[in-house]
Amino acid sequence: MSILEIKDLHATVETPEGTKEILKGVDLTIKAGETHAIMGPNGSGKSTLAYAIAGHPKYEITSGSVTLDGEDVLEMSVDERARAGLFLAMQYPVEVPGVTVSNFLRTAKTAIDGEAPALRTWVKDMKGAMADLRMDPAFAERNVNEGFSGGEKKRHEVLQMQLLKPGIAILDETDSGLDVDALRIVSEGVNRAKENTDVGIMLITHYTRILQYVKPDFVHVFVDGKVADQGGPELAERLESEGYDRYLTPTA
Amino acid sequence: MTSSDVTDVKGAESAGDPTANEAAGNAAGAAPVSAQDVLHESDARDARASGAELESEGLTMTGQEGEKSAAHGAANRGDRKRSFELADHEVPTSKVEEWRFTPLRRFAPLFEDVATDDREGDPALDYQVEIPQGVPDVANLAPGQAPRGTVLVPEDLTSAVASARCEQALHLVAPKGTDVAEPFRVAITGSGADRRGNAHIVLETEESSSATFVLNHTGSAQYAQNVEMVVGDNSQMTVIALQDWDDDALHIARHHARVGRDAKLKHIVVSLGGSGVRVDVIGELAAPGGELENLGLYFSDADQFLEHRLFVDHAAPNCTSNVAYKGALQGAKARSVWVGDVLIRKQAEGTTTYELNRNLVLTEGARADSVPNLEIETGEIEGAGHAAATGRFDDEQLFYLMARGIPEKEARRLVVRGFFAELIQQIDVPEIREHLFESIENELERSMN
Repeated sequence: MSILEIKDLHATVETPEGTKEILKGVDLTIKAGETHAIMGPNGSGKSTLAYAIAGHPKYEITSGSVTLDGEDVLEMSVDERARAGLFLAMQYPVEVPGVTVSNFLRTAKTAIDGEAPALRTWVKDMKGAMADLRMDPAFAERNVNEGFSGGEKKRHEVLQMQLLKPGIAILDETDSGLDVDALRIVSEGVNRAKENTDVGIMLITHYTRILQYVKPDFVHVFVDGKVADQGGPELAERLESEGYDRYLTPTA
Repeated sequence: MTSSDVTDVKGAESAGDPTANEAAGNAAGAAPVSAQDVLHESDARDARASGAELESEGLTMTGQEGEKSAAHGAANRGDRKRSFELADHEVPTSKVEEWRFTPLRRFAPLFEDVATDDREGDPALDYQVEIPQGVPDVANLAPGQAPRGTVLVPEDLTSAVASARCEQALHLVAPKGTDVAEPFRVAITGSGADRRGNAHIVLETEESSSATFVLNHTGSAQYAQNVEMVVGDNSQMTVIALQDWDDDALHIARHHARVGRDAKLKHIVVSLGGSGVRVDVIGELAAPGGELENLGLYFSDADQFLEHRLFVDHAAPNCTSNVAYKGALQGAKARSVWVGDVLIRKQAEGTTTYELNRNLVLTEGARADSVPNLEIETGEIEGAGHAAATGRFDDEQLFYLMARGIPEKEARRLVVRGFFAELIQQIDVPEIREHLFESIENELERSMN
């Protein structure tokens, strides 16, 4: 049973114009098995939240706390966070020339588990997960993200989530730029991971479309660096019809 | 672009790898300044793509220096003076184009006309030659004794001294029509950093033969060396030169090959050790249908200077050349220089050529210079292009791998191994492949501890 607790989180980033605060007091708790959709307009800080939790060096945490099962995440290095059970599916996965997908996945699995996976079950698991995501077996011998289409990159991210079995997964706009078929495949992958591992999910998205496939238990509206509103799935429907204007207009 | 004898560079610009973020081809030779400009753009583009900032490495040549070297240099890379006479060669100065990056004070002992420092029962350099079965034993060639000197005529002082001061050149030959399966191996071990050595080595594949030659340099010395390669018609030669010296060695090597009709040379340079190493490789595609592949890999540590220069001379029609050099640098004052000149002469119609240099700067305080030059004298070519890029170690790659639980050390290892992997995989001798992967990991281990 994983539980990720974010309390009053503030974070800044260095820009050419000086230090800028992006996260302005985020409170959020995600438990195993729950799916939380984080929705908000561009530039509201959704992705920053994801990267700050994962430990990207670009962002400085100025106050607040993040704990995973009571452990202080902010004290951990990036790799320690992953080994503690956090996973970030990135919006723009990075190319790693000369490193094959299969080598990468095996290295990551070994690091997460603390021991090399048994070869036979590992190969079977990997092939099975790839088949589920309709990925060609030849994919395993390609270099990580090199020359991948947008859809392939996202499938590769979900593949990693299925194989690494995190306690809490943050999906940063995993649905952006996908056509309907790819979206369905990726969503099925997320749902399979939910069924098989009871993972808690923070689903960051700009669009409501993915919520037809991945049903959220909670919806949070993220505006100007913090959670401005929250509710159940019905909130997503309301956002779909009304947009974010209500949150952006300064109240009289 | 000021050169008036260059007819057409459009072919170059449209060729090459469109997916890479690199410089378009250009014609430089007489106008090295413009080559620099193009390189500048490529670096800037690379920097944006990787999110890296490149303020310290790379682009050293100012316009002023460029003018000087252009004024000095021959109009065409192929016009440089070649001679066995020492008096025909000046002592290098940094004003001369071909020496402007080199730390001349460090290499000064190799500009002196000094005999090999052999002592009673204690040679300056020890040569262990392993000849494959069924091949004639090693022979020696005196100066002027063909094929010695038929291909390599010294283009600089050190090379001229190495030639004049080497009475007996090693001559290794694959006989006509013979496929020699096992490599010829020459283990060259220096006895000390104060010991001067002069050497001339002749490698030959006769008509329709094939062979691999491995030159492995270890220990320490001040070593002036010529490697002359006679690649006979329809033959296939592979040469692997490993500079695996101790930290205090100095080495200036001139490699010069002539590739015969329908012949192929695969030339591989690996420079890992030494205080200062400069390898200058000339490959002449002298007859139709020749193929030249120049591969190189280097890893420069703190205070280490590694320079690689290439000149690919397309002097016959329908030849192909491919140059790919990759280097990594780490530590304060780690330096590398790569200069790749390709000349496509008027008669070299139907040429295909590509050259690439990539540098990975792993730590602050290291610097890589990279200068590709392409001179084209005919419009009738198949394709020509070049690319050069220098980038910092990519923090985004590191973050991506670490976000999957992979510890930093392991992540760096994966990235650097990956960077070199495609080159190492092209080395056909398994034990050398293994050795290189090991060496790279040792280098990384050193930097991280």
